[in-house]
Amino acid sequence: MRHLSVEPPPFFHRGPSPLARLAFFGLLSLLLLFTDTRYRYLENVRQTVATALYPLQRIVLMPGEAVAYATGYFAAQRALTDDNTALKQDLLTQAPAVQGYQVLQQENIRLRALLDVEQRIQRATTAAEVLYTGRDPFTQKVFVDKGESSGVQPGQAVIDDVGVVGQVTRVFPYMAEVTLVTDKDYAVPVRVERSGVRSVMYGAGTGRLPELRFLSPNSEIQAGDRLVTSGIDGTYPAGLAVAQVVSVERETGQIFARVICRPLAGADKSAHVLILGRIAAPPKRPEEASDAEPPRKGRSRVRE
Amino acid sequence: MPSRRARAAAGSANSRKRMPQLTSFTPARPEEILAPVKPWFVVLTLFLGFIGNLIPLTGVALALKPDFLALTLLYWCIQEPRLISVGIAWGLGLLMDVADATVFGQHALAYAVLAYAAEYFRRRVLRFPPWQQAAQVAVLLLLCAALVLLVRVVGGAPLPRWTYAVGPLVGALLWPGVSTLLQWPQRPPRSPAER
Repeated sequence: MRHLSVEPPPFFHRGPSPLARLAFFGLLSLLLLFTDTRYRYLENVRQTVATALYPLQRIVLMPGEAVAYATGYFAAQRALTDDNTALKQDLLTQAPAVQGYQVLQQENIRLRALLDVEQRIQRATTAAEVLYTGRDPFTQKVFVDKGESSGVQPGQAVIDDVGVVGQVTRVFPYMAEVTLVTDKDYAVPVRVERSGVRSVMYGAGTGRLPELRFLSPNSEIQAGDRLVTSGIDGTYPAGLAVAQVVSVERETGQIFARVICRPLAGADKSAHVLILGRIAAPPKRPEEASDAEPPRKGRSRVRE
Repeated sequence: MPSRRARAAAGSANSRKRMPQLTSFTPARPEEILAPVKPWFVVLTLFLGFIGNLIPLTGVALALKPDFLALTLLYWCIQEPRLISVGIAWGLGLLMDVADATVFGQHALAYAVLAYAAEYFRRRVLRFPPWQQAAQVAVLLLLCAALVLLVRVVGGAPLPRWTYAVGPLVGALLWPGVSTLLQWPQRPPRSPAER
């Protein structure tokens, strides 16, 4: 309108029409969407571009980090001293439990050897710092500052000082994406600490609390129960705190109880997390999954 | 008496002169002819829009954050459709998909449709004063967001909270400022009397 250059005579060649371009690129995006959700062929491309973008993201993070550093630098000495005292007291109160844990662990190893059960393996851990929360409003993800260069692999469990935060789902050279336990349909095998009832906790997505599905109404669970990992999936070691039961609804018409729980770990607040290493030897797979594997000797003999 | 009237007239002329100076951060008048745009400036602004999208935010700030890249892209698609159109928008969308670690093609599709819609409506949008342009931009940005929503929900994602619509609306509120700012280097110099 106001430009001289914008309105050329129509007989100049201007390439394909906008609608044709839209159709082409629209189809291309739909193809990409399908390929990415179904087959994940494009992870290499994503890795490459993400690596190229990494310096840019660090630069954007810098101002926030500088402010945090400055406020930390000028924090009152009094506050630091108080903090230090509190931490020392915490350490002292936890000391008996830790020392007892050493003894119990030794005992456990011996007992397991006696019973000829597989030994529990100590895992290597990596401490990491949360860089930022994911911008995608449809998923619950955070990004941490340790990646492939620190030996992080997809599938590793991530915890903070209170309990399970989530799981590493994608690894970049210097960053890793952690999916939180509150993400939709994210499953954690859990056990009710009080009664030992096993179940699986499913995330429900942004702004909703996770729930236990397929739990019969007569199972031993009540509001306030703590849920810990059961360790049967081979991802999480057994006994990590996961969530607390908020409400249990048992309706007569329903086959399953409706159990809502609240994650214990500050899945979206904790600034420091611990990435747990994988177990060297994964535990035996449950029966239905072992069909694909060659049948074990003892069992095949029974079948014959 | 005449002197007083003359003084009053001079005063009003002065104020008329001064008023636009204070509020000179306004878009170019329709009769003003803009200088041709410099390609490096387009690239720079799109890059800044991309950087703006990368800013790590949490909580309320994250909900309020508009899509800066979509806003910049929309401006250039409306003003310079021969320079920036569907193809470039699509490429920038792919870049955004990687940066946000979302599904490949989600932003690309949304930006491509946004660029096409901008090209389709540009003559109409440009006819209006900034605030009425903003209302139309709100519709375009909401369309872009709705497309992303559709793609994700079809892909099995849960519905986001209602705050999902806040970002595009904030973007539309920023439109008058953004469009004036992006137009700034192209404005013809004005003589002091004209100001």
